[in-house]
Amino acid sequence: MKISRIVALIIVLIAASFFLVPLYATFQFSLQMLRGQWSLQAYRSVFSDPQFLSTLSYSAVASLAAIVISTLIIVPTTYWVRLKMPRVKPFMEFITLLPLIIPPIVIVFGYLRLYGSDSMLPLTVSTAGTNVMLVIGYATLSLPYVFRSVDNGMQTLDIRTLTEAAEILGASRATIIFRVILPNLRAAIVSGAFLTFSISFGEFVFASLLNRPAFGPYLVQIGQDRAYEPAALAVLSFALTWACMVLMQIFANAKPGTSARRRPAALFPFARRKTA
Amino acid sequence: MSFLTITKASKSYGANTVVREFDLSVGKGEFISFLGPSGCGKTTVLRMIAGFETPSAGRITIDNRDVTLTAPNRRRIGMVFQAYALFPNMTVADNVAFGLKVAGADRATIDARVKEMLALIHLDHLAERYPYQMSGGQQQRVALARALAPKPQVLLLDEPLSALDAKIRVSLREEIRAIQKQLGITTVFVTHDQEEALSISDRIVVMNGGRADQIGTPFEIYNQPATRFVASFVGTLNLIDVTVVDPATGLVKIGEQTIALKDVLAASAGQTVTLALRPESGSILDGARGDTALTGEVVSSNFLGSVVRTRMRVGESLISFDMFNSPGFAPPALGERVTLRFSAADLLVIRD
Amino acid sequence: MTVANDILSPPTPGGSARSAPAGLPGAQVPRRANWAWLGLLPFAFFAALFLILPIVYLVTGAFQTPDGAFTFDNLIALTGSAIAASYMLSIKLSLVSALFGAVAGLLLSWALVLGGLPRWVRGAFVTFSGVASNFAGIPLAFAFIATLGRLGIVTVLMRDVFGFNLYGAGFNLFSFWGLALTYLYFQLPLMVLIITPALDGLKNEWREAAESLGASHAQYWRMVALPVLAPSILGCFLLLFANAFGTLATVYALTGSQFDVVPIMLFAQIRGNVLYNPNLGYALALGMILIAGFSNILYLVLRSRAERWRA
Ligand SMILES: Nc1ncnc2c1ncn2[C@@H]1O[C@H](COP(=O)(O)OP(=O)(O)OP(=O)(O)O)[C@@H](O)[C@H]1O
Ligand SMILES: [Mg+2]
Repeated sequence: MKISRIVALIIVLIAASFFLVPLYATFQFSLQMLRGQWSLQAYRSVFSDPQFLSTLSYSAVASLAAIVISTLIIVPTTYWVRLKMPRVKPFMEFITLLPLIIPPIVIVFGYLRLYGSDSMLPLTVSTAGTNVMLVIGYATLSLPYVFRSVDNGMQTLDIRTLTEAAEILGASRATIIFRVILPNLRAAIVSGAFLTFSISFGEFVFASLLNRPAFGPYLVQIGQDRAYEPAALAVLSFALTWACMVLMQIFANAKPGTSARRRPAALFPFARRKTA
Repeated sequence: MSFLTITKASKSYGANTVVREFDLSVGKGEFISFLGPSGCGKTTVLRMIAGFETPSAGRITIDNRDVTLTAPNRRRIGMVFQAYALFPNMTVADNVAFGLKVAGADRATIDARVKEMLALIHLDHLAERYPYQMSGGQQQRVALARALAPKPQVLLLDEPLSALDAKIRVSLREEIRAIQKQLGITTVFVTHDQEEALSISDRIVVMNGGRADQIGTPFEIYNQPATRFVASFVGTLNLIDVTVVDPATGLVKIGEQTIALKDVLAASAGQTVTLALRPESGSILDGARGDTALTGEVVSSNFLGSVVRTRMRVGESLISFDMFNSPGFAPPALGERVTLRFSAADLLVIRD
Repeated sequence: MTVANDILSPPTPGGSARSAPAGLPGAQVPRRANWAWLGLLPFAFFAALFLILPIVYLVTGAFQTPDGAFTFDNLIALTGSAIAASYMLSIKLSLVSALFGAVAGLLLSWALVLGGLPRWVRGAFVTFSGVASNFAGIPLAFAFIATLGRLGIVTVLMRDVFGFNLYGAGFNLFSFWGLALTYLYFQLPLMVLIITPALDGLKNEWREAAESLGASHAQYWRMVALPVLAPSILGCFLLLFANAFGTLATVYALTGSQFDVVPIMLFAQIRGNVLYNPNLGYALALGMILIAGFSNILYLVLRSRAERWRA
């Protein structure tokens, strides 16, 4: 009994240092830009770079647009499938799982070949088209996360009963969706959105191959040109990821009975379990 | 000669004492039930016997060997859990074989014993099934076979039937009892179902707040409850508060009516004592026999099939009594005044 | 209208609407079923255009010459030395990082779930793992450069304080083992997230039953706990493998195009830096799809097996 506890303690301490040392080291490194003193110079340098803000906001806008698109696609479909075609659900689960299984580079490669200059839908030839392509790509990448969190949300909501109750009161389908289902699903949607955001704001492969001025390629560029700014950017990214995940957790827990606390499901859809 | 003894065992979690000075000796081959409400410490005592909890004080011996501090895997105990706890990665046969395997028995011995055990629980045909492919009742029988296979000295069962539905509960408890008798194994059975305890035990330990309130045969527990708690927990006894009129002659008063007890009372006049009366010990039929009578007003009368359960008010007390249903018997009407006749010998004086 | 139908249509005796005898005016029922499919269209359309079609395009392209004729040449070219070496490297790196991630994650989860430590420790690690498993890519590479790069804080600390030259001793962040260590930063938390529920699923009664039957701790772990966990562990291992196999940004930020794992090679192909042959690229992609798909499907199969036991 005693021994196992000591072993456990040692393991936990090693793991904690493995996790925390790089974070601390990165932070310390980011403060060393000026020789012989601690300073926030690296951060100042990052924030004074106009490209930093422009690429970050570009990525943020692209992520948000992707979230909107995938929400618009997923919410009505999931609702519809749960209500009318429960037999289609495994199929939908499988499809939405694909973006996690297929490496992103394969997907974007397909886009480049399929929507290039000699295609019926030549998205990648114009700037606007390529922007759309990127948003679509991010929306595709977000399908697993948005679907799982919306589906979980509907599960706890028991949308069938809710819908039937509203129908008996004479509500139309649109009223039901916009006045009953959506407001109740807000927490689930927002929680999926934060997860999506944390994944796509620093995304590199799509942005780089579509040649978009996004945050990911900017990071790589800085990594090649500078020494201390990357550390500062890593610290900022970690903070942003952390904020997204915390917000995601908060929203995932917002509904009574969701019991998503420390359930990896919300974080990683593969791990979704039938939690009673 | 007692085979399993527990001497002044106590168990505390921090400041919370959940078992207090628990004494028990169990003879070889005896079937003992622990009966008591939830949280009274039944499981804790059982786990101390098994070795999963160490008593804060006291001793436990099995076959004259002090096992108080022996590790569970050296105690030769068979244990059956409420939730079956079969190993999900093993077939029925492998589950039953487990204890023999870890003891290093040879293949032939194991096979023979597994066969014997599966025959005992009538599941020979399911030997290659996995637990998830079986019903709860079947799983629990396998759990029993698994516990018995290594020939343990003591068999412990912690509410083994409470996860099963009512019908299987009854048939399985009879099966457990039959197997126990056949093997002559010393058994401790935990339950909070008094009917279960009464029907299969040699002796019952009624537990309350970490203590044994009474230890006795089912007959004693049911007919001569020692404490108010035992009386109210076992059966559906009427508890009647009466005022002592004359301790020497056993005269007591219920409301305005006076009756005479058979015994001399150990209380002084004017004190209140509690009497117990079984619902089935009286009758209101004309010509019913009995040296004692109480008259009251009927407040409810329920038809329960074979019996009619009637409650009447006598003074401050409510008294229920059961009468067999028969075509000629008309259940009393509400508000009717009836007279219940019974023998004074059926009245028990209860201590608190 | 659907609303009205739902409320007004009489209940069909015998359950299923299909069992209505033919010839009766039951046309309304099948038409409603058709309408229901329409609701799937937006999703189906999106998924087909931007998920299924691109994959199908690549897969068929892998079997075609640039002129569109059927061929196995592209697949055969995959066995060419450079590409085969790249696959080997990818597989080796993914295996190693999955192995370390799985073993370390299992040990850590064991310590968190069964180690008898206070509950908040577990809560803290699980929350942190949620973040760290998503903290992959370029910032992660930066963090490791700042820590273990040639001028990284830990490298310098070892040299100046302990007089130990990491790089002199053969360590290099920008090598196979450096990458494996960096991957561990997201693999380990991922393992923790998926394996802790499995460890929670180990019932206390199993251990007690085993003990009362005379088993030692080691026997319990060897004969019960590990076999029960095996499908979960193996499944998680495959998932970590697939996860590592698809990783591109982390490698790229650490080593540029130097370290020729498959995603990097495909990336370079697409960029057109290397001999540009789209059909060979398709074949490369097909290989990735097959490896990732295979390990994921096996993972799902193993998971359903693990869940069956848990019932
Ligand atoms: N590990 C523990 N730490 C603290 N208190 C405990 C622990 N285990 C049991 N208890 C307490 O001891 C008391 C007796 O518990 P026990 O499980 O023996 O009851 P029981 O009679 O078996 O009840 P039930 O019929 O519900 O199974 C309870 O109040 C319980 O809360
Ligand atoms: Mg109990």
